[in-house]
Amino acid sequence: MSAATLNSVSQSLSAQEIKESKRNLKRRKLLAILFVAPLVFFILAAFVAPIGTMLYRSFYHPTVAQLVPETLTQLERWDSQSGAIPDKKTLITFTLELKQLAKARTAGKLAEEINRALPGSSSLIKFSARKLKKLDEQLLANNGDQRLLEFKKGKWGDPDLWQAIKQSGSVFTDRYYLTALDLKRDSSGSIVQRDTKIYLKLYWKSLKIALYITLLTILIGFPLSYYLATAKTKTANILMVFVLLPFWTSLLVRTTSWIALLQTNGVVNSTLQSLHIISDPLEMLYSQFSTILAMTHILLPFMILPLYSVMKGIDPSYYRAALSLGGKPIPAFIRIYMPMTLPGISAGSLLVFIISIGYYITPALVGGTDGQMISNIIAFHMQSSNNWELAAALGSLLLGLIIIIYWIYDRLVGVSNIKLG
Amino acid sequence: MSIEDHYVQFKNVKKSYDQKLLVVKDFNLDIKKGEFVTLLGPSGSGKTTCLMMLAGFESVTSGEIIINGQPVNNIAPYHRNIGMVFQHYALFPHMTIAENLAYPLQVRKMPSHEVDKKVADSLALVELDQFGKRYPGQLSGGQKQRVALARSLIFEPSIVLMDEPLGALDKNLREQMQFEIKRLHADLGFTAVYVTHDQTEALTMSDRIAVFEDGVVQQCASPTILYEQPSNSFVADFIGENNHIKGKISSVNAGIAQVMLDCGTQVNAQTYGIDQADELCILAIRPENLFIANENRTFENTIKANFVARLYVGDSIRYFFKLPSGEELMIKALNDQDAPLFQENALVELTWATDKGLVLDRSK
Ligand SMILES: Nc1ncnc2c1ncn2[C@@H]1O[C@H](COP(=O)(O)OP(=O)(O)O)[C@@H](O)[C@H]1O
Ligand SMILES: [Mg+2]
Repeated sequence: MSAATLNSVSQSLSAQEIKESKRNLKRRKLLAILFVAPLVFFILAAFVAPIGTMLYRSFYHPTVAQLVPETLTQLERWDSQSGAIPDKKTLITFTLELKQLAKARTAGKLAEEINRALPGSSSLIKFSARKLKKLDEQLLANNGDQRLLEFKKGKWGDPDLWQAIKQSGSVFTDRYYLTALDLKRDSSGSIVQRDTKIYLKLYWKSLKIALYITLLTILIGFPLSYYLATAKTKTANILMVFVLLPFWTSLLVRTTSWIALLQTNGVVNSTLQSLHIISDPLEMLYSQFSTILAMTHILLPFMILPLYSVMKGIDPSYYRAALSLGGKPIPAFIRIYMPMTLPGISAGSLLVFIISIGYYITPALVGGTDGQMISNIIAFHMQSSNNWELAAALGSLLLGLIIIIYWIYDRLVGVSNIKLG
Repeated sequence: MSIEDHYVQFKNVKKSYDQKLLVVKDFNLDIKKGEFVTLLGPSGSGKTTCLMMLAGFESVTSGEIIINGQPVNNIAPYHRNIGMVFQHYALFPHMTIAENLAYPLQVRKMPSHEVDKKVADSLALVELDQFGKRYPGQLSGGQKQRVALARSLIFEPSIVLMDEPLGALDKNLREQMQFEIKRLHADLGFTAVYVTHDQTEALTMSDRIAVFEDGVVQQCASPTILYEQPSNSFVADFIGENNHIKGKISSVNAGIAQVMLDCGTQVNAQTYGIDQADELCILAIRPENLFIANENRTFENTIKANFVARLYVGDSIRYFFKLPSGEELMIKALNDQDAPLFQENALVELTWATDKGLVLDRSK
């Protein structure tokens, strides 16, 4: 009885103690938040925000809707399947809006947008805009539709053109994703394959290149890491510097040095020629070969470091135990040692694969046309063709691809098995 | 002398890792078939190195290791057929317990139904019948140790090496495992070479103990001899506790030396081999053999010392005294009625039997 009383007394805290410990807990939480604040800031500012914008841009596209809002409202009544062009009222509204655009010098923008949906329509729109600019507004309000249909031998009589305007006008669009997947909508609005596959091929090629690079880094990195992990400390330290050396030089320097090595009259070719092994220089630069070679070199440390750290942590007595139990050196190595390095191999592979699938600089510099990867085409759409929406869609798909790979990896190996150091 | 009497032989074995410093200096040891021999010594004294040379994982710098009449210096570890238990078990973490046990049989190309049977027997041997499907990570330290032991025995090696196999276990489990290892040794009759730095473990388990210090074997003998007749003060100190009193031999007669202690008292003590008159020596007396003299208990030798402290240990009481010549003495007395109390610095008479005092070399 008295023991029970004693227990109940010692097991509950007084109100004062509870308050005290709550305050302590709060203080510790605050401190923890302060510690992770920089990380959270970087993630928000440099990761979540830009990726969010990118995702948004890839399907939100209000340009046309802002340029010709009235026309689009009118077009809602029009049945695109009917085979006829929209009614008179719609056409008049459009001529008036186009005239306004011509005055504001933004007709070119509209032309560019519609041209994406229906190639070849740009010149018609620009031409019409120039003509309409000179015509009287009152006149157009009465019979603008007739005027419009006179331009360029009645090209405005094509329902596909109006279909294109209607399509471009929707604020939210899957158009860029369709393009990025080599698909399109036909005039009836159903999704069909495009005749030429561009982007799927590129995704596939990027995956393949990334896979080759990953395999090559394992092939080169595994023996090297094993040697590093088992060598004397002094030797291992020196070799480690060699492994890390690339990190101390600029990525550009490392890539351009491959150009110097591989180009037509570069080091490799002139050496082979002077040794009379080949008579004509080999075309090694600007190919898939050079991309894979240079990227394997650049990404090798990302394989070696996790592998090395895992191997360093493997007690040599496992292998010794296998030998003492009668295992021959090579079978014992494969059956006992190699499985223990799996966390390192998988961490390294995931790193190398994910980094290489989205790699940009090296394929851009040494890849030529054959060695281009998906990020190069993304960059092209951002810098040259000014089609940011398509770039965003391509980028989002790449992100999705990486997430899928990560998910598969997690299913097969388990992310908790990753060991980076 | 049959070949069974020197089943394993180390002959003038030396080992250096860096071609400069000798880690093992001229190691000689003959091990009988079925014997349980322990290499005992402080950390870094070269025990593991000797074991690794026997297992074939380290090369022998000079000298020869012979097993069953065959020099094995150039035989690869996987051909030596020696079982080995590692300190941290070295169970393969990606294989189940049953797979771990099956490994040595599979590499010997044993048919799978035989493997299954042997694995089951082996699990039963170490009382882990239910654990075959588990992974090493799901076992406690003691269970892992038993599996490691079973795995080293399953292919019926004639020699089993154990390198501090119980080092990672707590005290109760250690004692239980010591018992288990002894049981397996008695049942299966393998030759065991055991490494430990724990003298109690060595004393309780071994037929013979080789005491290492700095790559040199100081003494190799049975536990009794080692404890009662240590050949030098390193062994005397390393195996159990000891009191040391400096002195000089006056004369020796029939294994009994008359020793003049530095504090001026003349005493008698056993001597083995140290018999030069006027030779400087050390008198060693174990704390449990030294007593506080009273009317009921006085032995041949007595000495007077100043009381320093009394330490209560539970089952025993330790007394600390100081001799006029400066040496400290310790007494381990039973905790019974006549464990007296003293004033600080009180002059107390201590006593011991002649055959419990041992004369040792001063140079060590
Ligand atoms: N692989 C090695 N390379 C170099 N020195 C070693 C190696 N293994 C052990 N040593 C050295 O050899 C000495 C004896 O080590 P060891 O045989 O492990 O002693 P013990 O097992 O008695 O603790 C130590 O000084 C240790 O530093
Ligand atoms: Mg050791």
